[in-house]
Amino acid sequence: MSMNSILTVRGVERRFEQTLALQATDLDVAENDFITILGPSGCGKSTLLRIVAGLDTQTRGEVRLDGHPIHGPGADRGMVFQSYTLFPWLTVLDNVCFGLRERGLPRAQQLEQAQAFIAKVGLRGFEHHYPKQLSGGMQQRTALARALANDPRMLLMDEPFGALDHQTRELMQELLLGIWEAQRKTVLFVTHDIDEAVFMGSRVVVMSARPGRIKLDRVVPLAHPRHYSVKTTPAFAELKAELTEAVRTEVLAAQAQQAAA
Amino acid sequence: MKPLVPVAPGTRIVLGVSFFVLFVAVWAAATFGGFVSKTFLADPLTMVKSGVTLLTQMGFGWDIAWTVWRVLGGFVIAAALALPLGVAMGAYKPVEAFFEPFVSFARYLPASAFIPLLILWAGIGETQKLAVIFIGSFFQLVLMIAVTVGNTRRDLVEAAYTLGVSDRGLIRRVLIPGAAPEIAETLRMVLGWAWTYVIVAELIGASTGIGHMITDSQALLATDHIIFGIIVIGLIGLASDLAFKWVNRRLFPWAQLGR
Repeated sequence: MSMNSILTVRGVERRFEQTLALQATDLDVAENDFITILGPSGCGKSTLLRIVAGLDTQTRGEVRLDGHPIHGPGADRGMVFQSYTLFPWLTVLDNVCFGLRERGLPRAQQLEQAQAFIAKVGLRGFEHHYPKQLSGGMQQRTALARALANDPRMLLMDEPFGALDHQTRELMQELLLGIWEAQRKTVLFVTHDIDEAVFMGSRVVVMSARPGRIKLDRVVPLAHPRHYSVKTTPAFAELKAELTEAVRTEVLAAQAQQAAA
Repeated sequence: MKPLVPVAPGTRIVLGVSFFVLFVAVWAAATFGGFVSKTFLADPLTMVKSGVTLLTQMGFGWDIAWTVWRVLGGFVIAAALALPLGVAMGAYKPVEAFFEPFVSFARYLPASAFIPLLILWAGIGETQKLAVIFIGSFFQLVLMIAVTVGNTRRDLVEAAYTLGVSDRGLIRRVLIPGAAPEIAETLRMVLGWAWTYVIVAELIGASTGIGHMITDSQALLATDHIIFGIIVIGLIGLASDLAFKWVNRRLFPWAQLGR
């Protein structure tokens, strides 16, 4: 365990009645890390993220944030979901203000901070739009601004770009990476897209087929700031090849499990 | 015509109005044509004339006012109590488990069957009329509000929690605003039902109200008065429905998006 770990996951297991979704998982997340978690669907990567968020509870093991065990969700762990979770009755501006208002910040301060994050995700001019008036990509940018405005210790992202089309997704990756390079917020990012995992992550973790556990843990040897052209470099291709092989093995294992069931 | 294809707004109005026209035309043909005896069904013209007499000489305006006041009074009391209970049931499952079976049972108790009992308990005054409306709408409202609040999208609830919302904040800032447009729709619908209860309440033991006028006219075989009374109820119902819809649209513009 490194000295600057802000999140430690120790022997975490999650059992749903008969099925073991996650088995004895250990993970250390250092301050300013951007960890991407890869794995076949149903491998428990989202379960792990939800346990860290406090939205689910492990059946065994322990999760500590800054040394304190996690009990339930809290503003210190901001989350962006795959589904569009903006509050449809609030405008973009009020969605971003949601957490700030909950903290009892004066309205003027709420607006000032919210405006700054809305500008960062490139939505200036859309403050008074309702979520239903926005495209999927814009909704996820608002969700990102909403999570960041709360200034959490960690940002948890559960396939946040999974529902977006390919082009929008690549732009969103660059946007998030740019924000991360400027702020160095600690991020835990679940995805099944290998390119995304390598491009965004400072570390990539591969999980095995169910019951999930961490099978591979690699530091991404690409310098920051990263330009999208980094995707064509040999270093990128080499890591991608290794990860593809590792994920493929697990996907095949998962399919074999399904066929047997 | 193709299934589910929307119709243009202008055509919509024309079609809607033409059924009213057709309805009155058939009625006029049946009565003026002598196919139906005047004793059983008054013709449209007589109905309008008697309507004017009712309003100008017989103080029917007062009856209308009384009826409106009874509906609104009973309904407002029912809504004021049903809202907090419904929200509590939707939000807290033990509260729901405690009340839901009884409320489900109570909502099938016909409000009109309570009238004899209510007369016994509360006499034939206003309390009895309000109580009928209350019984008829309260249990329906509670149940529908509880279901609406309980159906709040779970991912929105989770998102709110990761933004640091407290349990009370969740109810105030997520469950209630998210359910509000549908609750308003529920209120609109149940208000419509309250109109049917008030007339029944006024048929027995009332000295004012549209229902009272209808009972009186029955004794005199004044079908023109009865029909006028029924049409007035329909018009008031339609007006309150439109007003409710308009207010809902103004209050919840976001709920109209993407429809």
